[in-house]
Amino acid sequence: MLKTFPTGGVHPPENKLTAGIPIEYLQVPGNVVIPLSQHIGTPANPLVSKGDKVKTGQLIGEGKGFVSANIHSSVSGKVSKVDTAADSSGLKQLAVYIDVEGDEWIDTIDRSTEIVREIKISPEEIIKKCFDSGIVGMGGATFPSHIKLNVPTGKKCDVLIINGVECEPYLTSDHRLMLEKGEEILVGVSILMKALKVEKAMIGIENNKADAISHLTSLASSFTGISVHPLKVKYPQGAEKQLIKALINREVPSGKLPIDVGAVVHNTGTAFAVYEAVQKNKPLIDRVVTVTGKSVSRPGNYMIRIGTPLSKVLEAAGGIPDGTGKIINGGPMMGKAVSNTDAPLVKGMSGIILVPAAEAEREPINPCIRCAKCVSACPIHLEPFLLMTLSERGMFERAAAEKITDCMECGCCSFTCPAGRPLLDYIRLGKSTVIRMARQKVLK
Amino acid sequence: MTNILNVAPSPHAHGKESTRKLMFNVVIALIPAFLISVFYFGIGAIIVTAASVLSCLLFEFLIQKFVLKKPISITDGSALVTGLLLAFNLPSNIPVLIVVIGSFVSIVIAKMTFGGLGNNPFNPALVGRVFMLISFPVQMTTWPVPKGLGTSYLDAVTGATPLAILKGGIARGQSITEIMSQLPTPAQMFLGNIGGSMGEVAAVALLIGFVWLLIRKVITWHIPVAVIGSIAIFTGILWLINPEKNADPLFHILAGGVLLGAIYMATDYVTSPMVPRAMLIYGCGIGIITVIIRVYGAYPEGVSFAILIMNAFVPLMNAYIKPGRFGEEVKHG
Repeated sequence: MLKTFPTGGVHPPENKLTAGIPIEYLQVPGNVVIPLSQHIGTPANPLVSKGDKVKTGQLIGEGKGFVSANIHSSVSGKVSKVDTAADSSGLKQLAVYIDVEGDEWIDTIDRSTEIVREIKISPEEIIKKCFDSGIVGMGGATFPSHIKLNVPTGKKCDVLIINGVECEPYLTSDHRLMLEKGEEILVGVSILMKALKVEKAMIGIENNKADAISHLTSLASSFTGISVHPLKVKYPQGAEKQLIKALINREVPSGKLPIDVGAVVHNTGTAFAVYEAVQKNKPLIDRVVTVTGKSVSRPGNYMIRIGTPLSKVLEAAGGIPDGTGKIINGGPMMGKAVSNTDAPLVKGMSGIILVPAAEAEREPINPCIRCAKCVSACPIHLEPFLLMTLSERGMFERAAAEKITDCMECGCCSFTCPAGRPLLDYIRLGKSTVIRMARQKVLK
Repeated sequence: MTNILNVAPSPHAHGKESTRKLMFNVVIALIPAFLISVFYFGIGAIIVTAASVLSCLLFEFLIQKFVLKKPISITDGSALVTGLLLAFNLPSNIPVLIVVIGSFVSIVIAKMTFGGLGNNPFNPALVGRVFMLISFPVQMTTWPVPKGLGTSYLDAVTGATPLAILKGGIARGQSITEIMSQLPTPAQMFLGNIGGSMGEVAAVALLIGFVWLLIRKVITWHIPVAVIGSIAIFTGILWLINPEKNADPLFHILAGGVLLGAIYMATDYVTSPMVPRAMLIYGCGIGIITVIIRVYGAYPEGVSFAILIMNAFVPLMNAYIKPGRFGEEVKHG
């Protein structure tokens, strides 16, 4: 029996249209816009101003405070301005605009394709290198990676878990990376193990990626302490807590972190970025993005420089097909709808999905028939139907008692509801209100 | 940019399930039982079913159109299911007018007065059925003897149900061995060749429907298994204590409305609990109350009452029986 998390979860149609398409390097665009906040936490401080010449890989934004990350130029050229730019949801934030001139990289970056396996630097130096290189969680959450590598005093990490699950439908960027950069990922995993001082790393991959499982399994035999674990396909297995449950049968308590049960989780894409940062001295300036959709003419997996306008990315994939009703940044279950196609590509974008209009509309809302499908689909074992009603009626204290803040917004409830009820919309409303109320009480 | 983009929040995907599909899956699951009831009870089964279904749909339509003035939703299949289940709980020789009165109580009083689909505390079909049982006790307990397709409608030959034979026999002081000689064999009961409500007689058809409901994930196993299991255990204990005074568990499960009730009535979404643990408690409650009524009560059968009584506890169970939240118990591997 393949491992998985025991209760809850759904099986959305996989639609991995691009699983067989190799990663293609996208041409450097004519100009880029690099936001200074591409991570959870404090935005980086700009280090350049209008007229400055920059090289590819040069530090242009300095991480500030405990939770923050560095930002590097992904191109060479001239800074045209430092100004606000609208992100894919239309929200404005500070960004560096660069007009591209050639592609001149800073000298310290090793651009050869030769794989370097020997890890020469100490754990402390690895953590510093991750911070310096602007490494953040590549699965979409964009939490600065160096923080997760600093195990707090009094806590102990005994296993590193590598997330190769990619449970969101459509997305194949991690899948392709595992197939094409498998050895680099495993070196990256070894680097993370050294930084965390653990002997054991487990890579979890869902069984729909049999080629990646067998490829990494055979490569892993020449690495110490790394094992590959096939998992039964079930969404949301890529959620940190569900993956930990599936692989090592430990439950991260409500409000706690994986480290509280002795585990640290990193994404395969992050492991690759760590490899490039530590062994090749290359900061995080590009990433693999799955650009896909049922009517997209050239769907694929593209290696794209950070800051490339989404419109250029969509052009490479054959443009926006007629009748597109929605563009999703991320997967269909947890991704955000894009309202601004001029927005730049950022570190956390693992996929762009173009959805035909017919599939972009929601079902009409019908009365709750109390079928309890949302209850059995919830991987956190909440009662979504109840949380929706409580939010709808403004009963936030009761919602807090029913653990509304434990919701990770995976969307299983809304997905499974036969009455087409917007369960997660209301739960988000209730959750944010409860969090705000809790904060205000603290502030008083 | 000419494309107008939809920017609703996630999830951007929706499963294939809908209320209508779930309801029609229940209808499909009831087809074998309907065919068998026609096979044993003839034209009466068709007349009663048609009267019940059509009047349920009509009452729902009239209330939505003229009283609530809301969009008409009779195509969602819920009134169809109520109509079918009500008919399945009736003898096949009952006059149409009584059926229509039962439908009125089911739809208008038990369902629409509470706000329609999703809001009724009690199973509408059972409220209608119990109302009819109390108001028309003669017609509701005059069961046609299964004579095959040629069984006539209103003037059918009548006889007692197995449970009534059992109750009457025990009241007269007969031993189980004596009573058993008058009862149909388990095989006859399994195939439905017995007197009773038209939809409840054929265990085999109801079990086929159960498998269908499980495959289509319309219901989970919890409630039916809890009902049937608790009846088997309770009657099993009584039978072991005194096999000359109490019928065996297999008889209790195959006779009367246990299977119809456990699989199709107790599992009604709206009136059953939402959490698996509560479903098991609810199911056991139904089983225990059923046996108490059958063995110690005035009525030979108690499934309908048992389900309605447990329906009343569902809001309480929903309020106090919670799923074990993820991460509540810290397990170290």
